[in-house]
Amino acid sequence: MATVFAQSQLDAHAALAPSLPGAHLGWLAHARRAHLAAFARDDLPTTREERWKYTSLKALERRALAIDGGGAEVQGIPEDLLALPGATGPRLVFVDGRYDAGLSRLDGIDPAALVVQPLANALASGADGLCVLYTDPTHAARGSLDALNAAFAADGAVVRVAPGAAVAGAVHLVFVGRAGGGDRAWYARNRIDVQAGATLSVIEHHVDAGDHAHVGNLVTEVELAAGARLEWTRVSDTAPRATRLCATRFRLERDAALALNALELGGALVRNDVHVDLAGPQARLDARGTFALGGRQHAEQRLSIRHAARDTTCKVLSRGVADQRARGVFHGAIVMDAGADGADAQLSSKNLLLSPHAEIDTQPVLEINADEVKAAHGATVGQLDEQALFYLRTRGLAATQARTLLTLAFCREALDGVSDPALRAALSERLAAHLPSTGEVGP
Amino acid sequence: MLKIDNLHVRVAGRDILKGLTLVVNAGEVHAIMGPNGAGKSTLGNVLAGREGFEVTAGTIEYSGQDLLQLEPEARAAAGVFLAFQYPVEIPGVNNTYFLKAALNAQRKARGEPELDSMQFLKLVREKLRVLHLSDELLQRAVNAGFSGGEKKRNEIFQMALLEPRLAILDETDSGLDIDALKKVAEGVNLMRAPGRAFVVITHYQRLLDYIVPDFVHVLDGGRIVQSGGKDLALKLEEQGYAWLRERRIAEAAA
Repeated sequence: MATVFAQSQLDAHAALAPSLPGAHLGWLAHARRAHLAAFARDDLPTTREERWKYTSLKALERRALAIDGGGAEVQGIPEDLLALPGATGPRLVFVDGRYDAGLSRLDGIDPAALVVQPLANALASGADGLCVLYTDPTHAARGSLDALNAAFAADGAVVRVAPGAAVAGAVHLVFVGRAGGGDRAWYARNRIDVQAGATLSVIEHHVDAGDHAHVGNLVTEVELAAGARLEWTRVSDTAPRATRLCATRFRLERDAALALNALELGGALVRNDVHVDLAGPQARLDARGTFALGGRQHAEQRLSIRHAARDTTCKVLSRGVADQRARGVFHGAIVMDAGADGADAQLSSKNLLLSPHAEIDTQPVLEINADEVKAAHGATVGQLDEQALFYLRTRGLAATQARTLLTLAFCREALDGVSDPALRAALSERLAAHLPSTGEVGP
Repeated sequence: MLKIDNLHVRVAGRDILKGLTLVVNAGEVHAIMGPNGAGKSTLGNVLAGREGFEVTAGTIEYSGQDLLQLEPEARAAAGVFLAFQYPVEIPGVNNTYFLKAALNAQRKARGEPELDSMQFLKLVREKLRVLHLSDELLQRAVNAGFSGGEKKRNEIFQMALLEPRLAILDETDSGLDIDALKKVAEGVNLMRAPGRAFVVITHYQRLLDYIVPDFVHVLDGGRIVQSGGKDLALKLEEQGYAWLRERRIAEAAA
């Protein structure tokens, strides 16, 4: 018996499939049907699955969600919602998962270095090289939400950096959910290729226009060829009732370097599933992230790292804060394959509970199948340091101000990896604005 | 300025102060000496308002107000400053940001206009110059990775900037070498003023060679057992606290 949610998506697919971008491509139509069938078979994941133990989609099961067929002109999205200091490169804005040319900014791109286009356009014009986005054989293992995404997603960002090119301004990908139109879902899919020796920065930015409970489902696939360098910064500040289900897969070839930064300010329910495959020797990852949650927000950050080659390194630093009745989850899993000798992994997860009703689950997992490797991890959940609080108060800071200052200091370390000072300052400011001004529990 | 009357304080179920009485007037420097465990640090903590120090009897009046009714931040705004025996390290909080926030919070509470960044920096540079401190201090996180001496000098710097009316120095000399001690004392002496009082808590007489007190009190067993001028400190240095205890026993027997 399909859930109400699944049935609504199956019905929507039947109505929408003929008009989805790329519907004229036989292989794509076939792949979409296959993905939909896979989803219909598995339905939404439940907490009985290990990977979904901490995040329940029970409430989503009972909702029938419509999918916007597009065509209507988008209005009422203010520029200051999209703007982000430090985002100086091209900007692609996706409203409910659809590219919006009016809000986007693609001028000033050197086409010899960087190719940026909406997925819908690429699909309409033959989908060169995008087959893998829909037909990769590893899809089967990715779970039903990925299959559902592949069945629907017909837009997103396609970005390719030419070998050896160094792209100056960060590519700003904005995903905006829009109020109105009933209870809705949207799907989008990105594909980023950083070719050999190339350098790129990307900002993945989630916001919402107006308050709504829409469900956004975003899948991103990123390839870093030999010696490529990528700084990827995720900023998520969605509507209080919104749900975002995101999955991102990075694959790094020899000597490639990935710096991940994440600021999660949450919606009602956020799940961010990140996989990093250190596939080539000397590939390295530096991942930093912080989440700050309040109210009844629920956010789960998952980082799964696979050391598949020699001398690969990863450094993971997570700082989480939960207030009121919020729940945060950090799952950091590091696997070292046999033969990944010389691999080095460090994981630190520190968390702060600002209220007796808040909860943070932190789960570091190490699986080592190689010899000659180094791995260290540490995870803590605690409260603000009373000594430090008293010290600040004796200097004149009000208790609430002192709490905010200490909480901000606790999280800020996780933003130190953002290399652009303007962007780093902007994220720090957003974090400060989001932090509770008091540690007390509301009714 | 400060009137402590028959103060009894309990910490973690133990009675520490047992009837302490002390009057400090504006412009005076009082030294509180005493053996380990006498209750010296408890006095400093109670004055600053630390939680977990239960006042079971007695009163503390500060500038006509009941000090015990005020939150720690309200005491700070009213001009009370505690230089900590163990200043707390706060990684991630920039010293300049912290000091500006603290000063402006106090000014706001007193109904004075807040300082903007330019005014604040001007004031900070002036204080740094007077205390012969490097402005490198401003870029660092509050006390994080500071040596013992640096932490104590940072306390004095904060005091200079916040300009309290009543400063309590809790064993500011502990862990300092003679050069650092002189610098700390010099900072304090520069701040001596007719409207400002100091309570200098110390275990050793040495600090009082450089900060010359108007009054010396000996705290033992939770109350002040002897008060006198600066000569009392010298006598203690020569004869030790045991001398006082023996004398009290002799008096009691007489």
